[in-house]
Amino acid sequence: MNKISESVIKLDHAGKTSGSTWYVADFPADGMLFGKLVYSKKPRAHLIEIKTPPLPEGYLIVDKNDVPGKNEVHVVLDDTPVFADKTVEFIGDPILMVVGPVEKEVKRIASAVEITYEDLPAVFDMRESETVFFEYKYNKGDTAKAFAEADMIIEETLRTGRQEHAYIETQGIIAAPDGSGVMLHGSIQCPYYVNRAVAKVLGVPGENVRVIQDPTGGAFGGKEDFPSMVASQASVAAVKAGKPVRLIFDRAEDMEYTSKRHPSVNTYRAAVKDGRITAMDIDVLYDAGAYTTLSAVVLQRGIICASGVYTIPNLAVRGRAVKTNTVPNGALRGFGGPQTFFCIEMMMDHIAAKLNVDSLDLKLAHLAQEGDTTSTGGKYHFPVPLKDMVAEVVRNSDYRAKHAEYTEPQTGRYRRGIGMSLFFHGAGFTGSGERELIKAVARLHKFADGRVEILATSTDMGQGLKTTLTKIVANELGLPLEKVLFGDPDTSRMPDSGPTVASRSVMIVGELLRRAAETLRTDWKDGEDQDITEHYREPDFIIPFHLDTFTGDAYVTYSWGVNALEVLVDTLTGVSTVTGSWGCFDVGTIIDENIVKGQMEGGVMQGIGYASMEQIDSDASGRIRNRTFSDYIIPTSMDVTNLHVCNHIAEYPAGPYGAKGAGELPLVGIPASYTEAMEVALETKIGHIPYTIEDAMKALTGGDSK
Amino acid sequence: MIFTLNGEKTEYQGPLNARLLDVLRDEYRLTGVKCGCKEGECGSCSVLLDGILVNSCMVAMGRAAGSDVVTIEGYSKTDRFAALDKAYASVSAVQCGFCIPGMILASECVLRKYPHPTEAQIREGISGNLCRCTGYNAIVHAIQIASREGEGLW
Repeated sequence: MNKISESVIKLDHAGKTSGSTWYVADFPADGMLFGKLVYSKKPRAHLIEIKTPPLPEGYLIVDKNDVPGKNEVHVVLDDTPVFADKTVEFIGDPILMVVGPVEKEVKRIASAVEITYEDLPAVFDMRESETVFFEYKYNKGDTAKAFAEADMIIEETLRTGRQEHAYIETQGIIAAPDGSGVMLHGSIQCPYYVNRAVAKVLGVPGENVRVIQDPTGGAFGGKEDFPSMVASQASVAAVKAGKPVRLIFDRAEDMEYTSKRHPSVNTYRAAVKDGRITAMDIDVLYDAGAYTTLSAVVLQRGIICASGVYTIPNLAVRGRAVKTNTVPNGALRGFGGPQTFFCIEMMMDHIAAKLNVDSLDLKLAHLAQEGDTTSTGGKYHFPVPLKDMVAEVVRNSDYRAKHAEYTEPQTGRYRRGIGMSLFFHGAGFTGSGERELIKAVARLHKFADGRVEILATSTDMGQGLKTTLTKIVANELGLPLEKVLFGDPDTSRMPDSGPTVASRSVMIVGELLRRAAETLRTDWKDGEDQDITEHYREPDFIIPFHLDTFTGDAYVTYSWGVNALEVLVDTLTGVSTVTGSWGCFDVGTIIDENIVKGQMEGGVMQGIGYASMEQIDSDASGRIRNRTFSDYIIPTSMDVTNLHVCNHIAEYPAGPYGAKGAGELPLVGIPASYTEAMEVALETKIGHIPYTIEDAMKALTGGDSK
Repeated sequence: MIFTLNGEKTEYQGPLNARLLDVLRDEYRLTGVKCGCKEGECGSCSVLLDGILVNSCMVAMGRAAGSDVVTIEGYSKTDRFAALDKAYASVSAVQCGFCIPGMILASECVLRKYPHPTEAQIREGISGNLCRCTGYNAIVHAIQIASREGEGLW
């Protein structure tokens, strides 16, 4: 084992167990105003009249007219308003904010605001949408020829549902006037995203907007773009009021009005000749919701993953993200990958069934190898360790024997199933994003007394980055951990090391810091202050990615995953129990064993939730019904009691000590291992997730599963 | 109204229908008591009320009259906390940390009831406390370690 992999006590541990760590809601509210948003209750409408009740002294209404700069929240594009202008586009579109000194009174006033709407036709079903926000296509080989020569063609439509992040700390920001700008702090994944968005909204230079990340109670992508909205609203209010404004969401607001994982409807056609899959024609459709937010990049990742870990010689892939009048969908662990990985893995299972061969054997026969061309004409530059990882999972789970046993006809009340999925996560931003958009910078400052401070805006939201980045620097400098400082990210004194997303931070920012530490080590001057700055450089081996042709290396490297999952289904009630989950994950060199294990276990669990129980429904008006933890169910400690993870280590030479991305991988491929297990147990065919108890009951009673 | 808060006799003069959670956080500044949902589902606001684990968002102040309330701030001064804290640290069972004060108090209740708990007893004992980060394995493991290393404390 690499020495750096040995676990240390996490650097943010003590304050979190004793309760002394302050999250944004824990700051004293003295002298602050409370904000409460008033949202659209209509999915699409003209705003005709807004009647506000008489305001007691010290209370304010803040709306679009108060925005000093542009009434646009910059995400990738700028179509999301800070406050609705003439129309509203979904139930939850923010219209105005009530601000005042007593929270209860603010809420009373907010609930007394009367809004008159003129309804406009709304679209809820992505298949009926005529507004295509983004469309991408790519082709590899000659798909038409392969289909013409096929001896079997299989076509299926597969669907995935919305998923809620369900971080336990809701969205929250405190904004305070600060000179000719604002100072903001809160629950944030990407301080510079907030900085740039708020600067535009206030019409001030970026240096007038200081953003600090508070300890963050979970994010999973949900605090990637959304805090830019919350911060913009709070900042406009703070500037108008001339006082600090605290905007913290309650759970119902957070569940109903903040971003979700994109639902999808995907049509796969596969051509098979002589037992081999020769071509796939894939149509991917993602529901973007009302505004574009992150859909372009989510969709890109989705279609890049459309053929999974397999080398299919001929591919025609089309992806669209379309508008509906629903809450905008954004980033959630996996970022577009989990949807298409579910589809490709289920397709492989279903093709195997048609061919009457074992699904794992079919998958192994089509595995990508080092040197193969990727779906977008890039290259797998490094060894693909999946065969060894499958062997390990087979050993740990006794997969072969169980699969053989459970696929025989079963009788009795309880039935068993087991499934396996294979997947990757491309580490870092998609395509040329790191080189062209992010251009990460990280810095080390050495004090005269020999302590070294990390200056990077990479955020710890639970995934352990404070600890792992500090370990990398300390290791490279040969210093004890306590000599390396890493405070809460602050845009006023730390360079933009890029957003903390895309499983990029250890691999990319970690390597920048390691290089800076290496330079500092060789250039160390006792008793002097020193600064070392490192800029991102794309590795030389990369085949440049071009978005217009959708060709090239979509990712510098890949993290790999294999998961087997076993279920026991009660045929009387439809209730399934996960009786075992065995995963093997390659994230390159492990920077901290406990931290990586925690990421893998937590990610698998979130994937099992996504596959089996986490369901979001809307009523006829498009309103989300699941607004509480009572009706949006996430796994508890009793749901999966036999969850195992292990690691396979294939080092990445351009990552720090060989590390790759870790955070998202464990969720990406989990759903298909669950649904394949359910297919075996129920002797049915599954084409959607979440596959719930109700779906299982329908299969058991011979009804159609929706 | 008089109640005992983290070992100290405390006089409370506010409304009796206020939520214990809000009063603990706003009036007594005990912000280790986290608010995750205010509907009794997530367990982040767990406190001990006469030794029993409760969601403080679901308890009216009137119910606390004459009672003994312990929050993480009070509990963190005990030897039992030290054993749990060390165990949680040893397996990095804390990720985002938002559920953790409640989870630590749930762990106390498990170990008080079963000084040598089975895994099933642990999992049942913390099942009212949601954690979205860990998948729970590390927390279960930490409680097992605390039970072993803190022999005699419970």
